[in-house]
Amino acid sequence: MNELKELAKFGLYSPEQEHDSCGVGVVANIKGGKSHQIVSEGIQVLINLGHRGACGRDPETGDGSGVMIQMPDSFFQIECASLGMPLPPANDYGVGMVFLPPQEDAQVKCQALIERVIVDEGLILLGWRDVPTDPRKLGRDARAVCPKIRQVFIGRGPGIEDPAEIERKLYVVRKIIEHSLADCGITEDEADYFYICSMSCHTIVYKGLLMALQIEGFYLDLADERVESAFALVHSRFSTNTLGHWKLAHPYRYLAHNGEINTLRGNINWMHARETQFESPMFGADMAKIPPMMTPGASDTACIDNALELLLMTGRDLSHAMLMLIPEAWEQHESMSQEKKDFYEYHSCLMEPWDGPAMIVSSDGHSICALLDRNGLRPFRYTITKDDKLVMASETGVLDVPAANVRQKGRLEPGRMFLVSFDEGRIIGDEELKHDLANRQPYGQWLKDNKVSLDDLPSPAGPSRISLPDVLQQQQAFGFTLEELRMMTSAMAISGAEAVGSMGNDAPLAVLSDQNQLLFNYFKQLFAQVTNPPLDAIREDLVTSLEAFIGREQNLFEETPEHCHQLKLHSPIISSEEFEKIRHLDVGNLRSITLSTLFDAQSGPGSMKTALDNLCEQASKAIIDGYGIIILSDRGVDSRWAPIPSMLATAAVHHHLIREGTRTKAGLVVESGDPREVHHFALLIGYGAGAVYPYLALETVRQMAETGELNGTKPDYAEKNFIKANEKGVLKVMSKMGISTVQSYRGAQIFEAVGLSQELIDEYFTWTPSRIGGIGLDTLEADALERHGRAFAGEQVAAERDLPPGGYYQWRRDGEFHQWNPDAIAKLQDAAQANNRESYKEFARLVNDQSKRTATLRGLLEFKKDRPSVPLEEVEPASEIVKRFATGAISLGSISKEAHETLGIAMNRMGARSNTGEGGEDYRRYTTDANGDTSSSAIKQVASGRFGVTPNYLVNATDLQIKMAQGSKPGEGGQLSGNKIDDYIGWVRKTTPGVELISPPPHHDIYSIEDLAQLIHDLKTVNSDARIHVKLVAEVGVGTVAAGVAKGHADVVLISGHDGGTGNSPESSIKYAGLPWELGIAETQQVLVANDLRGRISVQADGQLKTGRDAAIAALLGAEEFGYATAALVVNGCIMLRKCHLGTCSVGIATQDPELRKMFAGKPEYVINYFTFVAEEMREIMAELGFRTVNEMVGRADLLDSREAVDHWKDKGLDLSRLLYRDPKSDEVAVYCCEDQDHGLDTALDHQLIALSQRALEHQEPVTIDLPIRNSDRTVGAMLSGKIAKRYGEDGLPAGSIKIRFTGSAGQSFGAFLAKGIDIHLEGDTNDYLGKGISGGSIVVCPPSDATFVAEDNIIVGNTAMYGATGGEVYVRGRAGERFCVRNSGVRAVIEGVGDHGCEYMTGGAVAVLGSTGRNFAAGMSGGVAFVYDDEGDFEIRFNPGLADLEPVTDPEDIAMLRSMIEDHLNYTGSAPAQRILDDWENALPRFKKIMPRDYRRILDERKARGESKELETAPNG
Amino acid sequence: MGDPSGFLQSKRNPPQRRPVAERKSDYRELYQRWPENEAKAQGSRCMDCAVPFCHMGCPLGNVIPDFNHQVFLGNWESALRVLHSTNNFPEFTGRICPAPCEAACVLNINDDPVTIEYIEKEIADRGFDEGWIKPEPPLIRTGKKVAVVGSGPAGLAVAQQLNRAGHWVTVMERDEYIGGLLTLGIPDFKLDKEVVARRVDVMADEGVVFETGVNVGRDFPVKRLLAEYDAVCLTCGSTEGRDLPVPGRELNGIHLAMEYLTQQNRLLAGQSVDPSQRITAQGKRVVILGGGDTGADCLGTALRQGAEVVYQLELMSEPPEKRRSSNPWPQWPQILRSSPAHEEGGIRDYDVLTKSFTGRDGRVEQLHAVRIDWSQSDSNGRPMLQEIAGSEFVVETDLVLLAMGFLHPEHSGMIEELGVELDPMGNIKTDENKMTSLPGVFAGGDASRGQSLVVWAIAEGREAARGLDMYLMGRTSLPHSLPVTA
Repeated sequence: MNELKELAKFGLYSPEQEHDSCGVGVVANIKGGKSHQIVSEGIQVLINLGHRGACGRDPETGDGSGVMIQMPDSFFQIECASLGMPLPPANDYGVGMVFLPPQEDAQVKCQALIERVIVDEGLILLGWRDVPTDPRKLGRDARAVCPKIRQVFIGRGPGIEDPAEIERKLYVVRKIIEHSLADCGITEDEADYFYICSMSCHTIVYKGLLMALQIEGFYLDLADERVESAFALVHSRFSTNTLGHWKLAHPYRYLAHNGEINTLRGNINWMHARETQFESPMFGADMAKIPPMMTPGASDTACIDNALELLLMTGRDLSHAMLMLIPEAWEQHESMSQEKKDFYEYHSCLMEPWDGPAMIVSSDGHSICALLDRNGLRPFRYTITKDDKLVMASETGVLDVPAANVRQKGRLEPGRMFLVSFDEGRIIGDEELKHDLANRQPYGQWLKDNKVSLDDLPSPAGPSRISLPDVLQQQQAFGFTLEELRMMTSAMAISGAEAVGSMGNDAPLAVLSDQNQLLFNYFKQLFAQVTNPPLDAIREDLVTSLEAFIGREQNLFEETPEHCHQLKLHSPIISSEEFEKIRHLDVGNLRSITLSTLFDAQSGPGSMKTALDNLCEQASKAIIDGYGIIILSDRGVDSRWAPIPSMLATAAVHHHLIREGTRTKAGLVVESGDPREVHHFALLIGYGAGAVYPYLALETVRQMAETGELNGTKPDYAEKNFIKANEKGVLKVMSKMGISTVQSYRGAQIFEAVGLSQELIDEYFTWTPSRIGGIGLDTLEADALERHGRAFAGEQVAAERDLPPGGYYQWRRDGEFHQWNPDAIAKLQDAAQANNRESYKEFARLVNDQSKRTATLRGLLEFKKDRPSVPLEEVEPASEIVKRFATGAISLGSISKEAHETLGIAMNRMGARSNTGEGGEDYRRYTTDANGDTSSSAIKQVASGRFGVTPNYLVNATDLQIKMAQGSKPGEGGQLSGNKIDDYIGWVRKTTPGVELISPPPHHDIYSIEDLAQLIHDLKTVNSDARIHVKLVAEVGVGTVAAGVAKGHADVVLISGHDGGTGNSPESSIKYAGLPWELGIAETQQVLVANDLRGRISVQADGQLKTGRDAAIAALLGAEEFGYATAALVVNGCIMLRKCHLGTCSVGIATQDPELRKMFAGKPEYVINYFTFVAEEMREIMAELGFRTVNEMVGRADLLDSREAVDHWKDKGLDLSRLLYRDPKSDEVAVYCCEDQDHGLDTALDHQLIALSQRALEHQEPVTIDLPIRNSDRTVGAMLSGKIAKRYGEDGLPAGSIKIRFTGSAGQSFGAFLAKGIDIHLEGDTNDYLGKGISGGSIVVCPPSDATFVAEDNIIVGNTAMYGATGGEVYVRGRAGERFCVRNSGVRAVIEGVGDHGCEYMTGGAVAVLGSTGRNFAAGMSGGVAFVYDDEGDFEIRFNPGLADLEPVTDPEDIAMLRSMIEDHLNYTGSAPAQRILDDWENALPRFKKIMPRDYRRILDERKARGESKELETAPNG
Repeated sequence: MGDPSGFLQSKRNPPQRRPVAERKSDYRELYQRWPENEAKAQGSRCMDCAVPFCHMGCPLGNVIPDFNHQVFLGNWESALRVLHSTNNFPEFTGRICPAPCEAACVLNINDDPVTIEYIEKEIADRGFDEGWIKPEPPLIRTGKKVAVVGSGPAGLAVAQQLNRAGHWVTVMERDEYIGGLLTLGIPDFKLDKEVVARRVDVMADEGVVFETGVNVGRDFPVKRLLAEYDAVCLTCGSTEGRDLPVPGRELNGIHLAMEYLTQQNRLLAGQSVDPSQRITAQGKRVVILGGGDTGADCLGTALRQGAEVVYQLELMSEPPEKRRSSNPWPQWPQILRSSPAHEEGGIRDYDVLTKSFTGRDGRVEQLHAVRIDWSQSDSNGRPMLQEIAGSEFVVETDLVLLAMGFLHPEHSGMIEELGVELDPMGNIKTDENKMTSLPGVFAGGDASRGQSLVVWAIAEGREAARGLDMYLMGRTSLPHSLPVTA
């Protein structure tokens, strides 16, 4: 514990960034009958979910698990009586389950505190009970931090009549104890042990730093037959860290959670801001004792538990409270009833959603409520038995239930909830629950009477336009450049979309730049990686919303019509007309006031601060005066008045009002000349703005249109386009973090600052991570004045009236510095092409010597020479060092075949590694050519698109890299436009040439850390020889994620910098998303070492690495491998056109144009020359620093010095000490990778399959296998497929060679990467990822023959089946969950019903659904064909028409295909629906809808017209 | 970059030069204008490189992709604004610059570069045609007085920048024309004198005062200069021509190139020349010593005057047709360059060292030369001059023109009287603000840089103006112009 605390204090680690995820399960008797069997079955479920938990360094110490049960009253009555502590009857007493410090004196102090508070609050202290435990059952690490565990029994005090009141009183007692702990005389470390797991009359929580298997042995109560409950809610945790905490185990007091709350920071701030408004007769004077409601520094689950508890204390039901926290996506729901929409809309006036992937099960002891968030990104399966038992969990098959006893098998759907009411003895479904809630109050009428819609307001006259010369002057004052008008603004105004670009960011961080910087530039967007998924705001827009209310919030403890008297906005970016409406707003209590955010440019230093203070004061006054909307305006800039940066003014007022507790009493509207890019709007909203009116940007756009600079776009359209582009962009920025609604994004502060002083952060951007210090208000003022001066001081110079040229995106001589400048490029090319050492040295000097113009953090560092140097010849040779080098993941498709293969050959010759990128690979490259060369990429990437990921691809790799994020656009997917996909590229990617390809933002099989562990397991299973990489991008918390990745058994973690390259990314992402790798590598090293995980995982750095010095610094900060991408292209001729996205690369690299490809002049020798120079440079540094091997220098951050540079940048207040912190533990534990991960493959079922398949494998003789299977048998079939691929390559075995029959519930990734020749028949059901990457095998899933439930109405298959499938056949007798056949490019599948997002991103293959589908079917589907049996005739509303058309099945070829699919299905599964359809074919056929992607049809028609067949017959040559 | 694939659709196509026969009969400019579509098509060939090497290659830092983009769009006035933001006189550089930008153009790697120079000329000429280039007097006068000595491109650039910054500027020129070498040194067929005059007129209308026939240090005392002006900028050029002190140099018929070229320009300007002083190539066997631009100017002039034969002899070896690998892109290519004059006639010879001249009646008749072997290098790796024994030869000649470059500014007179420090090459030494050792006295152009290109002269002038403005005002809004050395 102390180690992480030290690290948080001196290093880069931030505890807020800890994440966890997990398995959740419930066993319950619906009728409410209590038994011990329920408790022990709950624990059995926990054990069967064991693989979803994790352990750290100590294999016997888990990340935590626990169980919540009802109060075992009869047990306690007997137990306590025997302790001489007779208890009052049930419900008249509560039990506090307390973790106490192990130190006895501290225990005494804590207990005294508890006792005192209980008595003070008028309750009765009944006594204490030691919870019987067996510490021998604990792991070593868990034992070391084990608290003393005691239960306190509290009796109902006199005067408390209402049974609900004692629960409220216990809440007050607990809050007071928590708040007073620091003052009870114990040390901080002792206080860390203290925790109240539960304190209630109805429930009790047993939990701890336990593995699932240990819990029953440790807590002896749980094994006691007398302990009875109607339910057991269990949870097994997979945390990103290792130095676990007993208190972080779930369940919390009311809930267990699988997922993550992305908007946490905002939610906490908003809840805090509301506290002063809380009032309730139920609490009366007690209310003042409760705040802060949210435990400071708590995890996201602890916080949402706090929030749920608070809402329950307002008197709301469990289901009501849950729906307020996590509402379903209602805004764009086609078929939702008005009453429900009214309910949600009303409640959105009360509070913002807690947004993020969440599967939550909560209980108040009387009922259990389960809910899935709007995206449905966590699995939750349930089984209801005929004897009223409910078993639900993250997986199916966690408790053995005889098939004959199953009444129903289902799953929780996105946005849905259900409630088990023990009082009523039944399950109340989503419809009934929500209907009842929606009718509690006349919400619709209240909205009608009180809600104010912008559309309904009259249009006042707008302000007059700004004249042209004035616009120029205003633009200068706000720092506009010609470049941004030409590249950014015009792109948005013409096309309604953000500008895209390519290659990485090589310009300095804002704090290191010598150019005038906008405050916006100091902030970097954060993004989801691993622990939660980003979203696809385009393909899955049904869950997103830009709508939000602004105005005055009311007391959360009440519900009145007045609560929804707020202003509704369709979008946070508003036009001049909309703004004028707000400015003139005066309806009921909704009035607006405008506060100026200008400061006096002439009154000397400090005048901005004065203006800010004044502004905050005015805002406070406006609230007292009853204004519900505060407009912050910088209109009126002139020679005297300069604008405060809008970002600063907004955040200052926002945080001032939060601190003052009045923030929710008014909405903020920003009228500013500043914002003009997506990043700017995202920041303003992220720091509290409810709406932004960018008056100068809009005026600029209009004038550009009027002066003909927008290709003829009319001014009105240009303005609309500009707003639209920014709206889409803001949605995308939100989506990167997995946030769906602007309402919850507002104020969520999903940013990290680089180069802002802590003082500035604390005052204005409170809680924003900022880890290297930086500038303060004085610099911001000076920069603002410089811009202002440009506009107003230089006016006598006749020729200087234009805007500055810029140079931020493209190199300009007098603009921003770029590391890739003409000199550097020229020198490097000469060095590599002429093998000219002098030129390399010159190049390295240009890059390394940043004493004049610093671009990077490493530019601030110097080597400390306090070790004796060693002779150069004693340093390991360059030929060894180059093996640590890799080229970047650049896909074939984004670059030409010639360029791609050149890198492959060069790296293979050196024993280094090239990377396929996300585009598959031509299997002909796996054979060695006549020269002895092979161009096969050593690293094969597995990215979200899964293009060409076949078993053959996977087994021909030394490294398999899971790309979680990419430096240039972390949190985003990709797109390869159709015209870049020729026959060859399409063939390699297993898609149709000419059809656009979409890579989804998330991996659809990785929504959390345990999912990643599963994919690592999948890949390792196919190719156990390969190292499994996980590619991350630096951001605050990446070290913590890396620790989770290490615990998920990855062999390598790659930390990319924000500045990495791209073939196509939005410019705002290239510039503003992610952090420098220096921070990421240092944080990763620090956290891995502190957790003693570093020894089992290699760390690689990449992102604008160019020289040997770069690698040396990366090594000293903690990396042992190094990736170079841009430089490897530059040596092959790249001259940084940055036109990769256009395919017009004039040197034949980033293009597929046959003519341009001829221009490619690169050679493997150039690459080898370059890397040899780099290695030699590194050797020289090593010799000087006294290292003979790279391993010795890994993590020696103590040999880096920043003093000189920091002196140089003194005025900017930089402090790199956190970056250079070296954990003292580094001297005790491994600091570089020196051991293997235990992948736990020994127990894989596939070993049996392989043994039983020997005859087929060796002699191609058919074999038949029959085996049982259960949910802990994961990735079955993949290892066998790997063996087949290794031996038989792309062809596999003849169909039917290996026939396997399984019985039971199969674990995750059943049939993954199934190769040709394997046929699997499963009788039972499966979990998520069935048939992932299936590549020619076949799978049949049927319910057991003795099952009596109606298969086609029940869930047989989990989520995300056939993800990335490239071929084969699948037949499912029953229904599947979400995302069936996502990114399928070749499988033929028949199923009887699917959930939401079916056939998403599909590019090939054929799917027939013989029953109903969920929403958003065929989103992003660009190839293949699907048929849906639309019996109800309402499929169309659930179909996403974005890329595909809906049509009847009339083409004879289609009819024949569909019929044969159904016949096969009947044949393999005996399907009743198939039988019915075939029996009534004439009537059934018209009910089928065909889903045909438009692009795909166009290409097929073209091929047909050319007389070619649908598919390529032979492998094309590139 | 209006069209990302423009370079794939259009090939390089410079404007047509007038036919050789026609142009040899006059002194008018060689180049014709493009039709507008062709200009746009040529502009579209620009790839809008994110790292525009052209922009680096240009000493002025002309923002080439930006004006190419505007040309493609047909926004000529915007293009002119972009061009003027770094270059006061694009109509000069558009005509007589060797275009290092084009050498550095990325398309020059494996294709033909964008016709940057001609696009520049087209933009500037349209600017005058359309009346967009008009006087832009400053809004506010500072009341400060500045003298600029020398009216070549550097002096003109200083003057325009400082005038626009609000100072009262007087340009002093010892010759009878404003423009320095632009007017008197460069032949009309490369730069029509009207092109200089129209720019000077605009500047005069902006408020710049031009005084010709003022020779500072001779007929205008240096003391007065320092007393009457708040600051001074010396842009007097590098006018001391490199001579050839070999036996026979004193013979008649051997002239420095500038004597020859300025006389022809004066004649074309309508002046008369004393026949005894007349230098003409008509009917003569002419030898030009020096293979550079001045040599080519002499060649074009001699051919127009009706020379019988013209030899151009160069001491160095003949450069290769294509770059050597030791001279990779984007370095200035050391390759064989031909001026339009070389299309018109003349014979070039390389590796020739002139040993002496002989003649009769005091007139030159023979040039005695020897061939050089450059293949050996000295201990520093520099090629060594070695005469090839037995390779001596004689060229019969009537007129020898020495076009071997310039040494430094003339020291006698103004420079000596001012007493400013000189650098080891004999040029005026300046600090990073272009100020000389004498506070308030600045220098720029060839006078401080040594002989160089017009484009450098303009850049130097702009830089000096910035330093001078800063000196006068304590701050400046004028931009830097010289590249910052990283």
